[in-house]
Amino acid sequence: MGTVRDKTAIVGIGATEFSQNCGRSELRMALEAILDAVEDAGLKVEDIDGMINYTLDTADQIEIVRSLGIPNLSFFSKVPYGGGASCGTIAHAVAAVESGMANYVVCVRSIRDASGPVTYGDFEPTRVSGDTYMGMYHPYGLLTPVSWVAMFAQRYKHEYGIKDGDLGWISLVNRENANRNPKAIFHNRTLSMEEYMNSPINVEPLRRHDCCLSTDGAVAIIVTSAERAKHLKQRPAYISGVIQGMSTNGEVMTSYAREDITVLHETEAYGKKLFEMADMTPKDIDVAQFYDAFSPLVPMQLEALGFVGKGEGVPYCEGGTRIRLDGELPINTSGGLMSEGYLHGMNLISEGVRQIRGTSTSQVKDAEISLVTGGLGVPSSGLILKRR
Amino acid sequence: MVKHEEKVMTPRPMMNQDTVEYWEKLQETKQLHLQRCQHCKTYSHPPRPTCYKCRSFDMEWVPSSGKGVIHSYVVYHRSVHPGFKTPYEVILVELEEGVRLVSNMVDCEPDEVYIGMPVEVVVDQAFEDVAMPRFKRQNI
Ligand SMILES: [Zn+2]
Repeated sequence: MGTVRDKTAIVGIGATEFSQNCGRSELRMALEAILDAVEDAGLKVEDIDGMINYTLDTADQIEIVRSLGIPNLSFFSKVPYGGGASCGTIAHAVAAVESGMANYVVCVRSIRDASGPVTYGDFEPTRVSGDTYMGMYHPYGLLTPVSWVAMFAQRYKHEYGIKDGDLGWISLVNRENANRNPKAIFHNRTLSMEEYMNSPINVEPLRRHDCCLSTDGAVAIIVTSAERAKHLKQRPAYISGVIQGMSTNGEVMTSYAREDITVLHETEAYGKKLFEMADMTPKDIDVAQFYDAFSPLVPMQLEALGFVGKGEGVPYCEGGTRIRLDGELPINTSGGLMSEGYLHGMNLISEGVRQIRGTSTSQVKDAEISLVTGGLGVPSSGLILKRR
Repeated sequence: MVKHEEKVMTPRPMMNQDTVEYWEKLQETKQLHLQRCQHCKTYSHPPRPTCYKCRSFDMEWVPSSGKGVIHSYVVYHRSVHPGFKTPYEVILVELEEGVRLVSNMVDCEPDEVYIGMPVEVVVDQAFEDVAMPRFKRQNI
């Protein structure tokens, strides 16, 4: 371990607007985001020789390559398991760059989760579940991601005596950050604790405001070697650590067979390796972008990654003081998936990079180390970025 | 919000070669069976080809006591499927054998469900050819 530490960097970030109805195809948005990232990095399209996206992407790599006239790709892969893929795309990019299989790798995710035919938050009744485990849960009405996470959350609340409203601080702090970010979908919509408490229960124990926001948009990120990064347009965000994690006895979002279902096992597993790789501890992190598809996942990640002890995640977030911009661990400074937009985690990486560059709309003063996490309750991934 | 429609069927259990016996045993015997390793006696659920503890392929089907407690649960208030009438609960039962089953209650309202509630299995002939394990309060 430690061999890839700071040897690669993120040099370009690009995106479309984030909206609830983009009015164009996922392929088109992927192209726009990639061109934006290429421009941001000061590269030419012809420089791109590696590409990674999610297995869930409909914008096929072969179509992207054709549409942009990219001459050759010497490395391409796709990462599975939904939002768990986010930092995993960067892990694949680093592997490609460090091994010499590609020089400039673009990671991209394009999603029409708001205006597509079926959003991730809903269930198509005519759909036949292709997954065996889900096929065992769907007949009982356990149909959507919010319910899969709510099952963990209910047990977590029970074990640690968490009361209604205690999770609201995560939603509120996210929203405050989004209110400073003109690109956030909820830029113009404030959120008070009263509104949070009055928002409808979606799947008990989670309210509407405990959930992320179906979004249309695309994000692209370019990775290259630290050496090449020095000669490009932007201040490089050096990759101190990046890793994927898959733990035993798991399922995709319904790992209920494990003895303790209040622990995010994948996150715990990759977190140890990630910090070791970066030669850091949670104390070194200046700002964190936690995958926040649902609010309970934030305190659970704080615990799984060792920021706090078991059961201490919710008290840590209470009142929002510690996790706000001026707190000891500012989180989700762009508004996160709950308030900026659900770009399946890729927008969290862009924000991690902006913090390193010093260009966030909620800039953490002197931020040098930035943590980003991937989707939870699935095979996941994590990333530590550094300024130097 | 999706409206409830009496005529809309709820999803059928999906099976494959590794799990089909679980459903067949239930339909044939009207008793819940669980998969157990013949060597180290570890129970597995959902079913799979091997024992994840000792990696043996020698798995057997044994009758379950059908008794357990509710380990966790959720209550759907926002409907996403016309076959389910909200509010409804989905429970996670920890059986005496140590495995957990996702299911529903048949004899109580969603707001009566609590973690630690003792329950026992009911074999519900949900479809003509497929029975589903559901749960009722345990008489203790
Ligand atoms: Zn065994």
